[in-house]
Amino acid sequence: MAVMSYRQALHDTLRAEMLRDPDVFLMGEEIGRFEGSYKITAGLLDEFGPKRVRDTPIAEEGFTGAAVGAAMLGLRPVVEIMTINFSLLALDQIVNHAAKIYGMFGGQRSVPMVIRTPGGGGQQLAATHSQNVELFYAFTPGLKVVAPSSPADAKALLIASIRDNDPVLFLENLALYNTKGEVPDGDEPAEIGRAAVTREGTDITLVAYSRMAHVALQVAEKLAADEGISAEVVDLRSLRPLDRPTIIESVKKTSCAVVLEDDWLTYGIGAEVAASISDGAFDYLDAPVRRVAMAEVPLPYAKPLELAALPSANDVVTVVHQTLDAVGRRSVGAH
Amino acid sequence: MATTSRKRPARSAKNAEELLGYYRQMLLVRRFEERTAQAYTEAKIGGYCHLNLGEEATVVGLMAAIEERDYLFTNYRDHGYALIRGMDPGRVMAELYGRQDGVSKGWGGSMHLFDTDVRQLGGYGIVGGQLPLAAGAALAVSYRDGDEVVMCQMGDGTTNIGAFHETLNIATLWDLPIVFVVVNNRLGMGTTVEMSSAEPELYKRASSYRMESARVDGNDVIAVRDAAKVAVERAREEQRPYLLETVSGRLRGHSVVDPAAYRSKEEVDEVRAQDPVAGLHDRLVADGAATAEGLAEIDADVHRIVKAAVEFAEKSPAPEVSSLFDYTYASPVPNDSRRLPADPLFPVGA
Repeated sequence: MAVMSYRQALHDTLRAEMLRDPDVFLMGEEIGRFEGSYKITAGLLDEFGPKRVRDTPIAEEGFTGAAVGAAMLGLRPVVEIMTINFSLLALDQIVNHAAKIYGMFGGQRSVPMVIRTPGGGGQQLAATHSQNVELFYAFTPGLKVVAPSSPADAKALLIASIRDNDPVLFLENLALYNTKGEVPDGDEPAEIGRAAVTREGTDITLVAYSRMAHVALQVAEKLAADEGISAEVVDLRSLRPLDRPTIIESVKKTSCAVVLEDDWLTYGIGAEVAASISDGAFDYLDAPVRRVAMAEVPLPYAKPLELAALPSANDVVTVVHQTLDAVGRRSVGAH
Repeated sequence: MATTSRKRPARSAKNAEELLGYYRQMLLVRRFEERTAQAYTEAKIGGYCHLNLGEEATVVGLMAAIEERDYLFTNYRDHGYALIRGMDPGRVMAELYGRQDGVSKGWGGSMHLFDTDVRQLGGYGIVGGQLPLAAGAALAVSYRDGDEVVMCQMGDGTTNIGAFHETLNIATLWDLPIVFVVVNNRLGMGTTVEMSSAEPELYKRASSYRMESARVDGNDVIAVRDAAKVAVERAREEQRPYLLETVSGRLRGHSVVDPAAYRSKEEVDEVRAQDPVAGLHDRLVADGAATAEGLAEIDADVHRIVKAAVEFAEKSPAPEVSSLFDYTYASPVPNDSRRLPADPLFPVGA
């Protein structure tokens, strides 16, 4: 067990998987000579050469589709798309091709590839560079979408994604790259499609993924320390398939839930979680399921506007209070 | 020796035999497609359905230029390629019928013919979608130092989509063993090449990518084959991509339901006058390589093959509904939804 950053965990895992399997190779803009916009691939060009660390032109549709075709012939490409915003340029290849090829041809060829891409706002990058559109991919059968929130999960889910025989969109987050945590040794993969209860609690369930799962843990610790509120945190880890049973089990225990998401509220990931809770735990609910999500605007550049639009830890505390007030449970543990 | 004979030298027996073989293949495409149109009007076939009628010489010439080890990607106008590449006609027809024995098990239909055994890796319905995929397949060949070539067929309209530019650029940059073939039938649905392409001599587009290219008469099977062989050799021996444009016509509408009312009678007459199947028929007879009666026998034989294909498709069962969730993921996952539209997410009352 070593303590390392989310960035280091990704880098070390890519390297280890490339050493393990000669069919694993990397493609993307600026990943070689420039060592990656966020330096995840630093040093790998020198170690593995240009055949396995392939710099591409600015042509997301072209190189993402080329990775799909290479995967159809059995290679295991790991594509880096600089940010998830640019994945929209490759939407046709991801949604119409990568996601469809296994099914549309009756299971004759699978597409074992990974698309690594960070989402995230809060860096004053303005409207087109601050989106969280993982929903588009989580909506699509045939794709798998994972969203690790910790260095340990970054490693275990990246191993699982590279070894999986289906196309996996691997969602990273700009704000998580420098976060640190304990990372197990070895190369044990996570199971794609399983959420994790990252903190046990009894008063309320916080459901989140990626950066907001990190925020959820911080909020839960603060609520426990300041007010004696016992919040359980469900980290989805996988957006497709969605682990509904783990969410439902938690809500059956706590009887109320708040969903945290960095995307827009209307039709967002949280909407699906809330609907699932309504289906699976309606009789257990003591309060409506609330969502803490981004304001429904193109994200502005000016710092005060950007901060107002993005969900924060304080926003989560406010909504937890409102929810517990609604069920008359604010005083729990406080006396 | 070569005296006054111009472009038509006395054919050797081998050449005659070869040409007869191509005629048989072109006729197979012709009769299969005619029968497909009929089956569509009988509502045996659903969805979109695009025929290779008028493109038989192109299809057969291209397929004669690639080898078994090579890979083929096509657009949605793919029946003819499948037949000549070696897919079983019965299984192709069964796919059009949406049956269990279809080449894609009834999951793809007319636009999505795929058969790993003959290395035809789809049939793609999104214009331009197959280009990046084909480049990726060529990248995989190159990654493994293989000697296979990838042929990537497309229509004339595809040359205006972004994927065309991105893929051709990548192909040259990365020295990919790939042959792009633009099958120019002069119409993208109802839009002419001149209406849609600022440079209507489509093969010239390749010069932007320092890629060698050529244009060939798509109604001449030998010309297509020989031009494609040059392209394939360049890709195989020199790892250089190539763009080949074939020019032919579309004998019917864009798809079987299109009456092509936008075409003038003169235009249709011109295409009919260049019908490659009739043209080769007449050439074979004129050259003394075959008699009309002999060619009629081939036709009868091809009719029998097509009839058997239809019978096979008719008899093939529809896919079992229980197989609906078999092909979402190749690596199984926990919590994969297997609910039908009226099923609850969770058992009622649980």
